[in-house]
Amino acid sequence: MPNQPSLGRLLWGQTRYQNKIFFRSPTAAFFTLLFPLMIFVVFSLIFGNEYIEELGINVAQYYAPAMAVFAAVSATYTNLAVTTAYQRDEGILKRIKGTPLPATIYMGGKILSATMIAVISVVIMMSIGVVFYGVNIYAETMPAVIVTFLVGVGCFASLGLMVAALVSSGESATAVTNATLLPLAFISGVFIVPSEDAPAWLDTVANIFPLKHFVEPFVAAFNPLNQGSGFDWVSLGVMALWGAAGIVIAVRFFSWEASPGSSRKSRRSKRETAEV
Amino acid sequence: MAVISVSNLEKHYGDVHALRGVSFSVDKGEVFALLGPNGAGKSTAVEILEGHRRRSSGNVSVLGFDPGDSPRAFRDQIGIVLQETAIETELTVKEAIDIYGSMYSKRRPAAELIEIVGLHEKADARIKTLSGGQKRRLELALGIVGDPELIFLDEPTTGFDPSARRQAWSVVENLVALGKTVLLTTHYMDEAQHLADRVAVIANGEIVAEGTPESLGGRETSATLITFQAGDFDADGFPVSDASMTPEGLVTVRSMTPTRDVYAISGWAVERGIELVDLNVARPSLEDVYLDLTRDGD
Repeated sequence: MPNQPSLGRLLWGQTRYQNKIFFRSPTAAFFTLLFPLMIFVVFSLIFGNEYIEELGINVAQYYAPAMAVFAAVSATYTNLAVTTAYQRDEGILKRIKGTPLPATIYMGGKILSATMIAVISVVIMMSIGVVFYGVNIYAETMPAVIVTFLVGVGCFASLGLMVAALVSSGESATAVTNATLLPLAFISGVFIVPSEDAPAWLDTVANIFPLKHFVEPFVAAFNPLNQGSGFDWVSLGVMALWGAAGIVIAVRFFSWEASPGSSRKSRRSKRETAEV
Repeated sequence: MAVISVSNLEKHYGDVHALRGVSFSVDKGEVFALLGPNGAGKSTAVEILEGHRRRSSGNVSVLGFDPGDSPRAFRDQIGIVLQETAIETELTVKEAIDIYGSMYSKRRPAAELIEIVGLHEKADARIKTLSGGQKRRLELALGIVGDPELIFLDEPTTGFDPSARRQAWSVVENLVALGKTVLLTTHYMDEAQHLADRVAVIANGEIVAEGTPESLGGRETSATLITFQAGDFDADGFPVSDASMTPEGLVTVRSMTPTRDVYAISGWAVERGIELVDLNVARPSLEDVYLDLTRDGD
């Protein structure tokens, strides 16, 4: 096929198309972009941007990067799992599979779009932190911030697709992502500053999962008391492992067609029964 | 040249035999219709040809490709209109045509497609605001956006109003005029009659009849039925022997020589000054033949 569109052009076209769909779905845009911002503003109101003794920084200096990570994880993990599963329920994935678009380009477009949305939400969050709450950004840790962000986003995008591959419907994708992300967020220092009083096993659990390895180094890179470049190689390694496992499982179990039990199909078979 | 050739195609799901040795071929420029009740296996057969499903055994060649491998060059030359409308509802009609069109090496201009399926007034409307019939017509546009050589139409006009159906049929006729090949599945016999060059009836995973819509199931050689209301019918001197009457008073004559018999009957009636109420001369319709062939399947 001499005129086959180039993969680069296809990838960019898919990314733009996924972006468009995201920004036209008010619920997804709200929960990814505005919800973490709201929590940040509310926390700042409640705690009054006080000085946190254990960490040596102000409330905003902690929560701006923590909520930025939460937004990035929503944009990748939750967003990819839920939209992909719903698109499968609606038959959109089946339609895509019947076009000459390579499957990897479709998935690549979704991941790239989710990454761009994550970048946008992190930039919005940090900008509001800097402008309205006096959050400081340090040039020497910026490389670490960027690398941690990219590895984290890659890890959670791959886990989002893994969830989409394992659940049978969009509804269960929503349930699974919420039931995994929210408890982990509480024990990983997203909503609550880690306390010395918490039982040690809780910390062990948090250490097994990748969220803490995203939040902790990312927040630490905005703490002036931490010396050095801000790279946390152990955390980067843990996230990379989770990401690799996620993509392997996603590829192994992914289906482009809704399973017979999902809501769309059962509606359809009801209709067919009615026709007979 | 055969665009589709299928021989001894079988598909099992565990112990369930969805297809038991199906064979047929479709030539370039032909419209071939697969008819059959729900669950008879026609969707399974079509999905194997589209590359959506793998076969258990048998030989299948579509445009010279094995659809089981479903390579990109194969998908570039086929167009699929799914039974269910499945499009991102947040996009506009034009955006959907653009994004899907960008995937193919050949493409038909968006404006032309929108015109063909009669959606010009809705070109910039979000898909979620479209009616069911309009969504189906968009689905049809997306199926041909890549200017395919072979188009799969899976129940393309289910839920259409009569004028939308006529419009969809003329889209298909235009495709055929361009030399494209069409594989159609449908529940509507008039649709098969109108569009198809050849039809095959699938029941219980097997092809039970195949032929032109005119000849299917021996239609062209079967008896013509001449019917009329008896009224004060008097069998005395009736010129045709193979006649029967229902208790409701409908007289039915089975005739292999309808021209002669109608002439004889009308002459007989005129002579006696009888008006033959509801006089009707008909061969069994495609629907009659279809229902006959698939009766055991239900």
